[in-house]
Amino acid sequence: MSKKNFRPDVDAEPWKGGYSPYDIVKEATIALVVVALLTVVLAVFFGSPDDPAITIKTWSNATPVDFAVTALSELNGTSGVAQYGAPYNTGSSGQALGPLKLAKWVGVRIPVNTVTDFVIDPLKALPDQPLLTQALKQWKNASPSTRTSWVTNYTKASSTMTFANRQIVVNATNVGPVPLFIDDLTQMAQSGALDQALVTQAGFYTTDYTLPLLFLADGSYLANQAARQHLTGDQWGMMNETGNYPGQAWLWLYTFWYQVAPFNSSGNGDVLVWGLMMALSAGLLLTPFIPGLRSIPRKTRVYRLIWREHYQNVEES
Amino acid sequence: MSYSEIERQWTTRLRRRFVRLLPPEKLLPDNQPTYVSSWIYVFGVTTLSALMVVIASGCVLAIRGPQWWHTSSVGHFVNSLHLWSVEIFFFAMVVHLWGKYFMAAWRGGRSITWMTGVVTFLVSIATAFTGYVSQSNFDSQWIATQAKDGINATGAGAYFNVLNMGQMLMWHIVLLPLVAVLLTALHVLLVRVKGVVPPFEEQAKVSA
Repeated sequence: MSKKNFRPDVDAEPWKGGYSPYDIVKEATIALVVVALLTVVLAVFFGSPDDPAITIKTWSNATPVDFAVTALSELNGTSGVAQYGAPYNTGSSGQALGPLKLAKWVGVRIPVNTVTDFVIDPLKALPDQPLLTQALKQWKNASPSTRTSWVTNYTKASSTMTFANRQIVVNATNVGPVPLFIDDLTQMAQSGALDQALVTQAGFYTTDYTLPLLFLADGSYLANQAARQHLTGDQWGMMNETGNYPGQAWLWLYTFWYQVAPFNSSGNGDVLVWGLMMALSAGLLLTPFIPGLRSIPRKTRVYRLIWREHYQNVEES
Repeated sequence: MSYSEIERQWTTRLRRRFVRLLPPEKLLPDNQPTYVSSWIYVFGVTTLSALMVVIASGCVLAIRGPQWWHTSSVGHFVNSLHLWSVEIFFFAMVVHLWGKYFMAAWRGGRSITWMTGVVTFLVSIATAFTGYVSQSNFDSQWIATQAKDGINATGAGAYFNVLNMGQMLMWHIVLLPLVAVLLTALHVLLVRVKGVVPPFEEQAKVSA
């Protein structure tokens, strides 16, 4: 290659200098032993976090009103999941990256109907409940407008909701079976039966926790526990984990964008951050082909530190 | 079988091509150019070593199943080994990546080596993430319910459901490690084929 056509950020002349003995197998063995020992030392001294999972039983016993309000939001369609959009439902058009409504285009692939999946179907699973059976029949036979009217009336009065004598109490009229639904669902949750009902809707064997996790995330209990553990989005929570552990520190840049405008205030924040990270990842991948970016190493001369010994030898000779 | 028949064999041709591309003295060299003398070179082999510990500790966790480490002190210790080897892996990998960037290690026909390294880094992030969401504890509940919004916003959540613990565990212990290990092997082989990038020639006064 002629000197004229030589591109210093792309080309490299084959090495014509000296060679020194180098036992690559020995180096690899030593590295493996050292890393294994270091891992053991870190594991012995620091361990690993394992805070138990929160159950709907724990949540509904700790804050029954929060649970009941969340259950009501699933019934009246105001919960986060009810208004989520794809892939769960058509509650909203979802986020957009400019003109690209990616989630909406993919559509509803994991259908979740908050009324039936979170309230009606679990209640149907309760055995030997004559009043509840009657209430479910009343709900089934009512017109959509009547159901909406019951739920709306109950929702209006729900600001006075209390939990007394192990019952959810709301002073409301013309609400049909709604009070019974909310109260029975709360008691079902407190017994632990709702956890089981949400998991086993797809059958006996399952490893899919989509429904109970979505229900938990709609309430404020899970988020409050996370805030105590410095895990929320504005606490750089995406890269943290419980306790004083490094967590996913490699997600620092992804997490950083959530702390600054416009990402931390935009309704399209998630897809904007993802779009930006995809672009940056593509930039990293294609660095060898991007003029300017590929010149930074040569221009900053950090390589002089890396190959310090080599350049010393060159200068001395 | 005649000599010419052996010569025409796919196996013979493949072996010859492989040996021509990567002769034993290149695959397992007993010497290196004199410029390969810096602490930065340690981080590549450290990354590989940590990956081996990650895989070994993950295999031990797999033997007794996903709930074992919650109920057994031995299991919890193995999980700690898994966690800290992952932390070392990423630390070493990031230092290795920045080191290679400032060496402009893609020079001299090594751009594919650079790209396999970057893709391995991205696949490793996905592998670690699926591990975090399949822990079946409070961390996995919180991380999964938060991460779903980002992934759903791209449309990928319809097929990659972070709330489905079984699906995430399969990605974590089968699909992504398989890709990461194959990419790592390819990356290392490419390093051996092309050799370690030489230093910039400072005497050459040429334009970019």
